[in-house]
Amino acid sequence: MGTLGATPSQTVGPFFSCGLERLDASDLAPPGVSGERVTVEGRVLDGDGQGVPDALLELWQANANGRYAHPEDTQERPLEPAFRGFGRVTTDGDGRFRFITIKPGPVPGPGGTAQAPHVAVSVFARGLQRRLVTRLYFPGDAHATDYAMGLVPPSRRDTLVARRGEAPGTLLWDVVLQGPGETVFFDC
Amino acid sequence: MTGLRGYRRPSEGTQPPYLHPPYRSSLKRAPREPLVRMEHTLSEVTGPVFGDDLADRCDLTRGPRGEALGERIVVSGRVLDEDGRPARGTLVEVWQANSAGRYLHAVDQHDAPLDPHFAGCGHARTDDEGRYRFVTIRPGAYPWRNHANAWRPAHIHFSVFGPAFATRLVTQMYFPGDPLLAFDPIFNCTADETARARLVSAFDWDTTTPEHSLGYHFDIVLAGREATPWER
Repeated sequence: MGTLGATPSQTVGPFFSCGLERLDASDLAPPGVSGERVTVEGRVLDGDGQGVPDALLELWQANANGRYAHPEDTQERPLEPAFRGFGRVTTDGDGRFRFITIKPGPVPGPGGTAQAPHVAVSVFARGLQRRLVTRLYFPGDAHATDYAMGLVPPSRRDTLVARRGEAPGTLLWDVVLQGPGETVFFDC
Repeated sequence: MTGLRGYRRPSEGTQPPYLHPPYRSSLKRAPREPLVRMEHTLSEVTGPVFGDDLADRCDLTRGPRGEALGERIVVSGRVLDEDGRPARGTLVEVWQANSAGRYLHAVDQHDAPLDPHFAGCGHARTDDEGRYRFVTIRPGAYPWRNHANAWRPAHIHFSVFGPAFATRLVTQMYFPGDPLLAFDPIFNCTADETARARLVSAFDWDTTTPEHSLGYHFDIVLAGREATPWER
């Protein structure tokens, strides 16, 4: 067992842009990366339904082959050198964010199942002493057999699934921190 | 996937709660529904890997046209897991106020001077022993309107990735003996006093540089690995 205790988390506060902007990556899929390109747009909203102007989202996902660019993913599926799978975007004054990526392939889940395509999302903001962890799933996929989705009360599952926007290739997904329609967050 | 080992969860009271009324910004932003407990899958035991494409920026005191004002300090330490294993080559990002307690940020309205030679941000990857080292300026305390006459103790923000999505941590480093710590709802959010004390750096003669700067030591401990796989 661990002998050192873990360091407590503390809020990013309102002034993180200077420290974190160098890694800002709102386009995860430079030209040449394979897969279905999507633009995800949405807002981060607080308990009053107001946009959160000082939130930061971090994204982590597999490539279109369902392979993570990480040494512990030892699947025999091709990596793509131009695709790291990491994104970071900040919200604007109205709480809006936008990022471009490719839809990831399904990745292995517990018990030999496949997890439905998803992006792992961390939410940071002033007022959040720890990050919130959620997942973005894609419309039209079979979510019923997905491990994480199966843990979520059915009435709340749609908070994790993006909706198709009007423009082709556009997905809409809001992160509701609190209140009606509150996004599902995972203890992770 | 068989044999997948997750990362350990924090013990009771060693991490701050989401809702902490004395920290006013948490009131409308903390979720009210319980978090959904999830075992770690391949998505959580992997995480972004940053290579040499991001050149280190370890000396925050040298602006493009001159040196930052204030008390120079060296902040160094290691990034480890709970078993003491170093997090090698992991990205550490820092940001902070200047010596007058002012951030280089459009929203910071504190009536204190900006320093044209100090941007207040840096980043570096740890070495094979998990070590990092920044040269910077001791940040000033600043007022923040959370309550009457509220002042944040001097602090440096740290962002650390570690080996996996599950180990991601953003925290703040404080300075030993700061009288404001006792009054700060952000620092005091974490119930466990021993855990809280890990946020306070230690003065360090070994890294104090003659005729140049005082040294402060700050180790960052990330979640350790479960000993056994959760999947049967």
